[in-house]
Amino acid sequence: MGHPLQMDKQVLNPMTEFLLNTQNVSVSPIAGERLSHTLREGLGQRDVKVGCDAGDCGACTVLIDGAPVCACLTPTHQAEGRHVETLAGLTTGDPDAQRLTESFQNHGAAQCGICTPGMMVSAVALLRETQTPSEDQVKDALGGVLCRCTGYRKIIDAVVASHVQIPAETNDGTVGNSIRRLDGAAKVMGTETYGDDVAPADALVLRIIRSPFAHAGFTFGDLQQWQAETDGIKAVLTCADIPGQNVFGVIPDFADQPVFAEGTARFRGEAVAAVVGRPDVMQVFDATSFPVEWSELPSAETVATATAPLAPQLHSGRDNNLMCSGFVQQGNAEQTLTAADVCVEGRFQTGFVEHAYIEPEAGFAQVNDGRIEVHACTQAPVMDLDGLEIILGMDRKDIRIVPTEVGGGFGSKLDLSVQPYLALAALKTGRPVRITYSRSESMQSTTKRHPSDIRLTIGASRDGRIQGFDFSGDFNTGAYASWGPTVSNRVPVHASGPYRIPNYRAEARAIHTHNPPSGAFRGFGVPQAAIAQESLFDELADKLGIDRLQFRLLNALEDNAPTVCGQVFEQGVGVKACLQALQPAWDNERSAAAQFNETSKIHKRGVGIAAGWYGCGNTSLPNPSTIKSGVRSDGTVVLHQGAMDIGQGANTVITQIFATALGIPVQQIERIGADTDVTPDAGKTSASRQTYVSGSAARLSGLALRATILKRVNASDSAKLEFGAGIIRVVDGRDEHSVNLSSVPQDDEGYVFRAQETYDPPTKPLDKNGQGVPYAQFGYCAQLVVVEVDTILGSVTPIRFVAAHDVGKAINPMLVEGQVEGGIAQGLGMALMEEYIPGRTENLHDYLIPTIGDIPPIETIIVEVPDAHGPYGAKGLGEHVLIPTAPAILNAIKDATGVRLTQIPATPARVRAAIKELANDN
Amino acid sequence: MAYFAPTALNDALAMIGSEDVNIIAGGTDVFPAQGQAPLQKGLLDVTRIDGLIGLQWGPDGLRIGAATCWSEIARADLPEYFAGLQAAARTVGSVQIQNSGTIAGNICNASPAADGMPPLLTLGAEVEISGPNGVRRMPVEDFVTGPRQTQLRAGELVTAIHIPALPGHSRGAFEKLGSRTYLVISITMVAVVIGCDATGCIDFARVAVGSCSPVAQRLTGLEADLIGQMPQQVTVTPDHMSPLAPITDIRADAGYRLDAAAEQIVRAIHKATHGAPLTNG
Repeated sequence: MGHPLQMDKQVLNPMTEFLLNTQNVSVSPIAGERLSHTLREGLGQRDVKVGCDAGDCGACTVLIDGAPVCACLTPTHQAEGRHVETLAGLTTGDPDAQRLTESFQNHGAAQCGICTPGMMVSAVALLRETQTPSEDQVKDALGGVLCRCTGYRKIIDAVVASHVQIPAETNDGTVGNSIRRLDGAAKVMGTETYGDDVAPADALVLRIIRSPFAHAGFTFGDLQQWQAETDGIKAVLTCADIPGQNVFGVIPDFADQPVFAEGTARFRGEAVAAVVGRPDVMQVFDATSFPVEWSELPSAETVATATAPLAPQLHSGRDNNLMCSGFVQQGNAEQTLTAADVCVEGRFQTGFVEHAYIEPEAGFAQVNDGRIEVHACTQAPVMDLDGLEIILGMDRKDIRIVPTEVGGGFGSKLDLSVQPYLALAALKTGRPVRITYSRSESMQSTTKRHPSDIRLTIGASRDGRIQGFDFSGDFNTGAYASWGPTVSNRVPVHASGPYRIPNYRAEARAIHTHNPPSGAFRGFGVPQAAIAQESLFDELADKLGIDRLQFRLLNALEDNAPTVCGQVFEQGVGVKACLQALQPAWDNERSAAAQFNETSKIHKRGVGIAAGWYGCGNTSLPNPSTIKSGVRSDGTVVLHQGAMDIGQGANTVITQIFATALGIPVQQIERIGADTDVTPDAGKTSASRQTYVSGSAARLSGLALRATILKRVNASDSAKLEFGAGIIRVVDGRDEHSVNLSSVPQDDEGYVFRAQETYDPPTKPLDKNGQGVPYAQFGYCAQLVVVEVDTILGSVTPIRFVAAHDVGKAINPMLVEGQVEGGIAQGLGMALMEEYIPGRTENLHDYLIPTIGDIPPIETIIVEVPDAHGPYGAKGLGEHVLIPTAPAILNAIKDATGVRLTQIPATPARVRAAIKELANDN
Repeated sequence: MAYFAPTALNDALAMIGSEDVNIIAGGTDVFPAQGQAPLQKGLLDVTRIDGLIGLQWGPDGLRIGAATCWSEIARADLPEYFAGLQAAARTVGSVQIQNSGTIAGNICNASPAADGMPPLLTLGAEVEISGPNGVRRMPVEDFVTGPRQTQLRAGELVTAIHIPALPGHSRGAFEKLGSRTYLVISITMVAVVIGCDATGCIDFARVAVGSCSPVAQRLTGLEADLIGQMPQQVTVTPDHMSPLAPITDIRADAGYRLDAAAEQIVRAIHKATHGAPLTNG
């Protein structure tokens, strides 16, 4: 351990010595070296995570002489003579930390786990002062650590209750049980390895040269000469170094994004070149020394400017910067709206939203026996392989993708980011090469939620039944396609919300602009559409004089009623059950708010509701998952679980499903994770498909493995399996068989029994009017929120959520709650504070996401209307949660103040302006 | 590139005079500004210099060492007129930032949104500057001249903040407005120190507003008008706010800032005179 001792101790850079956990260490940092860097790179302390390098996220929190500080803001020299404690050290010796490791796991307080070290170290400092902290004390102590997955509530619970003894878990983890995450221990011990934690010590370091302008031409100087004259630079990469094609994209027909721009950069942050060098050189590399000359060009950064006459065109063949559009039509919306008794209309606008996972994109690549291996954080390993095959021009059997743990994804880590640069650099230098995006380059260069500009008209008859619905949305898709086509297809299918609407027309257009590509972000455009639809539902209900919840119940979709795509579900439609579950809270909170408002003049409370639905899996496209399992001759049951766990819990849920199907306790299963060499393709982690699609494949795999074993001894389907050392006992009623595994031949992977099963959701293509079977199942939800608005300052404080989610069957109720709380936190952020503006909010202090102080208590009501297609009736959940949150908040603001916000985020200034305008109008 | 961490002030001043260095204390502004770019100058770490950390009462008031971190200020047992400064200390970034960030760093960074400025203005704080020619002092409002601009000359170092004793019956309060609870840069903020006489009328008033002008400002016209008023009947007029010149940016528009600050002034006065609990605002 430790940095090599430098004996010729320099006067100006003396050795810095400090106590690291329980060990004296001695290092020689350069001036201004961050303690986080020294700890991670010099001292191997990879439990210290780096999320922002600016003190904005707190992931790197360590204790210095007992006080929590950000290691990224601490010059290593300041540690001289001090005691530095990190999570890994604390969990081996500190009793408070050890209690926290249990409590965090019992409460499900770690999802992706990247913020967990910062959270736990901060909590240890608090627990040393008070062992039974209040919720407010926990918030103050942990307020400096951002989490994007959990919604913080389970973290608060875990810290408050860390000294409460909870009996050890005894259940077998079959479907329906709230077991701890199976991969949770490493997250709370700080031993989990993410994209920046896996590179070998001798790896070269890569930096990307990016456009400082939204639209610019550029020319390079003499790159060869520059490299020759610059110490330690091993390679420079540009588009000229791409052996295959300089293009990638998640949807093959639309693939349009270059790895390195060729002559013209189309967004601020686009890569034009990369530099690979020795780590010590790259630590002090000055990117402004790179020989490139820029000439800024006129840019079109909004849909309005991009569709104006004479606007600069981003791609030939996409006239007027229109990339594509999606369309769904049923009945005659125009006609019925003209004749409807009551109509409402509105225009709604949203901005770019950044995923803001706390782990920036990171990884390394190396060449191994002539094959390229890429180790990086990703949501879609096989899609990464597909993309690299084209870029590298290599046979796909020579490419291996080994995903690391993923510190949050939410859709953006579906697309390639670091992978092509790493692979190209490793191939060119023959050395391992690593990169970690800085926070600002992560924000500049990776995908965003589409800004939207939506116009919607809805008409109803006097009895409250919706007659017509006409939706038109422009989605700012940025410079390249990414998932823009998916958004424009999904939005018209979902814009109705989970309601019966006989006359419907919806069109969504994806428009190119000079911005980072808009891509996948929890909901694929549906959250934006839901803001328009659910806001106008309140307006329509009010105009009709019908209770807002009753109005939704009256129009809610039911079994055997056609969706706007003409799809008829005979079972499984759970939106009414979700809405009904909110009725008690709706009644109570409405009267409580009215009572509060009677005496409170400045602070006004309001209650909002909104519902949502989301089709699980690809829209009318093949979307298979394959799950392999096997039994080794020693009796070990192995599950090849390729569904990327990005914090949501696939490792646990898929294993629970498989264990239930096979008929053994979950604890007996050994998991092998995603790796394109050894684990079959379980598809991408997106579209809320893993529990449903990969879960179905896991169930089939478990059943097939079970059947193979039963068949060997001719046992009945109801027989019980018991796996022992080298033996399987099959108890079939009064018969008992045993399979001696040493007598069963092994295959070349060492399996004596194996099963590999694929599940693909049954869908059918949509016709030109969007009619067909887009999804085999939808999940449904309805949320209620109480907000308090400071009517003078315009600030909005949500004070309680009640969220009813139809998940068909909760495979793991604790993880369901985790998804609900985390999704609500993201929806809350989108509604109240988040807006990405290129060049302005490229860090986590100008781009605000909710902190631990911003998320109120959330009550999750799990609704289980089983779905015939889902494993044990289960439906997808991840994206559903975020859909109703923002409109519910906007509806609550209206309820509290009378103002209808039509543009988000509803910042204090915007809310106050709307309140003033309303007062002036009156 | 060199990193100096002297323990004697004379050594530090000698280094500033002879070496090309930037000053670093808590690092909470230095590192975010640096990003991935390499250092262009060496660093002089002031946190080990004798006498630069801690709070000390003297005949003319309280001396706060320049490198005293916010959490030490928040924890200190101080008269009630420091309540605004202490509340501000608890809203600087997060616990992590408060444990590193220093009071002089906040002033020298000279952000229009520096949380420390409004309360220091209301306390009549003076900046102690040490240099090759000895020590000089100036009021904090003179020291900060604009965004990222101060009166610090080459070869000089801020060594302390001095706060004179204020009337014992006066109390401070601080109001901060942001779009989230923690880790937030203020949209607007207000600090007050208010004293009331036996009849409940205001007899001492200091009011300062941050994030509404290039440098946080005291509103002396308002302060004068407050004298003799009952705290619950205070009104803030556009005229009172006229010295401010807020900008429109991503956080809010200028008009909103003026309105919000006026309301915060009223609330801060209530807080200071009603003994309401101090919160994060």
